[in-house]
Amino acid sequence: MTQQQTAGGDVRLAGISKTYGSFTAVHPLDLTVPQGSFFALLGASGCGKTTTLRMIAGLEEATTGTVFLGDKDITDLPPYKRPVNTVFQSYALFPHLDITENVAFGLRRRGIKSVKKQVDEMLELVQLGDFARRKPHQLSGGQQQRVAVARALINHPQVLLLDEPLGALDLKLRRQMQLELKRIQTEVGITFVHVTHDQEEAMTMADTVAVMNGGRVEQLGAPADLYENPRTTFVANFLGTSNLIGGEIVSTGENLVVAAGGGKLALPRERCSASSTAAGGRLLLGIRPEKISLAHADDADDIPAGRNRVTGRITDSSFIGVSTQYVVESPAGTALQVYEQNIERDTRLVPGAEVVLHWNPAHTFGLDAAQDIDAGATSVEDAE
Amino acid sequence: MSVTEAPPAPTPEEPRELTLRKPSTRKRLVPYWLLLPGILWLLVFFALPLVYQASTSVQTGSLEQGFEVTWHFQTYVDALREYYPQFIRSLLYAGTATILCLLLGYPLAYLIAFKAGRWRNLVLVLVIAPFFTSFLIRTLAWKTILADGGAVVDVLNTLHVLDVTSWLGWTESNRVLATPMAVVCGLTYNFLPFMILPLYTSLERIDGRLHEAAGDLYATPATTFRKVTFPLSMPGVVSGTLLTFIPASGDYVNAELLGSTDTKMVGSVIQSQFLRVLDYPTAAALSFILMAIVLLVVTFYIRRSGTEDLV
Amino acid sequence: MPVLRWIRRNLIVIAGLLTLAYMILPNIVVMVFSFNKPNGRFNYAWQQFSLDAWKDPCGVADLCGSLSLSLQIAFWATLGATALGTMIAFALVRYRFRARGAINSLIFLPMAMPEVVMAASLLTLFLNMGAELGFWTVLIAHIMFCLSFVVTAVKARVMSMDPRLEEAARDLYAGPVQTFVRVTLPIAAPGIAAGALLAFALSFDDFIITNFNAGSTVTFPMFVWGSAQRGTPVQINVIGTAMFVIAVLMVLVGQLIASRRKSNARN
Repeated sequence: MTQQQTAGGDVRLAGISKTYGSFTAVHPLDLTVPQGSFFALLGASGCGKTTTLRMIAGLEEATTGTVFLGDKDITDLPPYKRPVNTVFQSYALFPHLDITENVAFGLRRRGIKSVKKQVDEMLELVQLGDFARRKPHQLSGGQQQRVAVARALINHPQVLLLDEPLGALDLKLRRQMQLELKRIQTEVGITFVHVTHDQEEAMTMADTVAVMNGGRVEQLGAPADLYENPRTTFVANFLGTSNLIGGEIVSTGENLVVAAGGGKLALPRERCSASSTAAGGRLLLGIRPEKISLAHADDADDIPAGRNRVTGRITDSSFIGVSTQYVVESPAGTALQVYEQNIERDTRLVPGAEVVLHWNPAHTFGLDAAQDIDAGATSVEDAE
Repeated sequence: MSVTEAPPAPTPEEPRELTLRKPSTRKRLVPYWLLLPGILWLLVFFALPLVYQASTSVQTGSLEQGFEVTWHFQTYVDALREYYPQFIRSLLYAGTATILCLLLGYPLAYLIAFKAGRWRNLVLVLVIAPFFTSFLIRTLAWKTILADGGAVVDVLNTLHVLDVTSWLGWTESNRVLATPMAVVCGLTYNFLPFMILPLYTSLERIDGRLHEAAGDLYATPATTFRKVTFPLSMPGVVSGTLLTFIPASGDYVNAELLGSTDTKMVGSVIQSQFLRVLDYPTAAALSFILMAIVLLVVTFYIRRSGTEDLV
Repeated sequence: MPVLRWIRRNLIVIAGLLTLAYMILPNIVVMVFSFNKPNGRFNYAWQQFSLDAWKDPCGVADLCGSLSLSLQIAFWATLGATALGTMIAFALVRYRFRARGAINSLIFLPMAMPEVVMAASLLTLFLNMGAELGFWTVLIAHIMFCLSFVVTAVKARVMSMDPRLEEAARDLYAGPVQTFVRVTLPIAAPGIAAGALLAFALSFDDFIITNFNAGSTVTFPMFVWGSAQRGTPVQINVIGTAMFVIAVLMVLVGQLIASRRKSNARN
């Protein structure tokens, strides 16, 4: 990995770590962020994602390891000498300066005299041309956020770091700003490294997502790949929702067959990331709620052969509009989640009804059984 | 894209060579450089003098032959025996003035914080502005206000207030000036701003919606004050009373200007022992006793009011 | 009884205004008596209107000398205490270091000590060192007791400052010096100004510590003290009134500029 060739402007972290006294915020970490990509560091609060970002910015001194920008070692450069800029959490706009001076701050510090044209252009890019002489506290949250982006981007950094940039905005504005940031990134072509605890935000915006937990990168990949092929229970639970069912491998081959919840369930061998897949070993089977179909027990015979089946009883259902979410109690697990599209609603599917859950074995993934089955399931909402 | 060559979830046990980076010594020393001059100043001109004074208080000798440390603790006993009335008077006057400051200052602080509206800044200026006229000049003005046969004394006389206060020993027949009442009145006046400003600061922080919430939850205005406003203003009450009591207990200006020989406070004694009688050991012992009493009262008070984070 | 009800409803306002009157009354007396023409040496009883003192404010020996000395001492003491206190406040808020508790107590103690105790002990030190009492000993003493108040004022402001603002400055190519001058200082300025103002007022008005450590030097409060024994010239009322008026005017002008600026920013 460290010998790997890097293009001109990649950010490369080699063995970077951070310890505060006896507490390790970030364990030795290798990471490459390709030039021009939109990269997200995703995790709950305290997972080390912000510390990693701050080490790239130079605001935090790395305990070990090296930060490369292209081929240049920038580990020992102070932040004001790095061609890297940051959009801070809650923006950190200078309250004593107006918007123009906030945006011009970086240019002025580098001794550039005529800043007006550049500032005007930049304020146009973020659609704040009319607010140039306002003070930060006279702007709304969304406008402040755009000023923070403009203030960083005007310096043409090689990398733009975004530390929970949308955390302070309400839901609707957040969605709007996600698209806006994505548009700006495409327009300027600068590498964006984005720290967030919002998995939806990370998946919508980033080309590559690194999921962090406890100071380590759990898994890294394209959003769809992470979602379809989680390799740990943390990723499976943190990104969306997963039904995880414990079982014992009874036969191996192209498909693994697992005895779980009084029945047999199959999954493709190549979708299993457990270290051992020998017969007799234990395994966690995973299936996303939207991949499961729900049939009333009376119609069980109509289910095509070759599908994984689990029988159970509906304990709860909530109508969401586009879909209905069911909670099903079964021998395989007490709270299996099922999302059904509201195309043709079966009126018999009410709490108390006996049902059969069935799905395509190819949609099943396998995880190592020696993990906390609930890892990452609870901490999403109360993060930061 | 580098997605395909992403490493498997890195295992933490993987051995690797790590060079630890120590934060530079220069950076670690920054706070000490910042603290050094100011702290040195306080050590040399505040702490060290106390040590000198402690040593002086157990010396014997005379101005002509010089003083020598003889561990003569008798000085403390003698000082207390001779001057205990002044100590008691100091604590009594300072305590009374503090309570009066709280009673007078609270409504004004409340008024500025919640009722003044657009007049708030003007009232604040009026509270602070007297600071800029030397307090000695203002204290002398009380001599005019409380003068014998003046308007104030006349009114109090007509209302027979002076009869009551004289019976209590606060005033003497038809006089206010040169009585305990004049001294306490002066102390209260002088330290009122020190009470009002902390009170105002802590009252101003209270969210006005708390009053509405209390009212919504069936509290009468009086109950709201007792259960919500006053407890929340406790930090201001504590620092205000301390800022009033501490300087008042050592003050001698009001006692000298507005009082008589019967109202002398311990500050006067220390001052005259030090600057006129030149009995340094007694003066040092007296000021140590005063310091000890004040520190005891303050510590006890802070403990009781449960606001140790104030310090 | 509508009157009684009105009084009950506005009890706090009435009580507050009475306190305010109590606080302002001596200033009014000082002002009025600056136009007095007293009979004897003391200016305590009203005789007749006169502008004599206002026409010749320095007409009393040593009065204006002591005033100028007090202003000088207050100026230098403010400068010294503000510089040292600001440094301490920043260290306390922004850094972790050893002996923090001891340092906090060392800063708190001067505020929890009756002035006369500090005055006496400082004099003991100066006598033991054989220092010559005068301008310098007074200045040293003033910086000492103003320091803690400056630290408290500045600390409050620095604590409410977002450390991310300085990080943002460093991130935007400002070196340590630039960061301090362009961001830290402007944002901490109100706290530093409040501390400096407090230091100036405390130093200018101090009597007890000064009286102990001034030797034969006479500051303005010491002059007033002395005149309370020998005879109070009307001129001290003139100077007291002038200072009061100047202070109120300065505050009002400051307010006016601030509100003008605010309304400008809004348009």
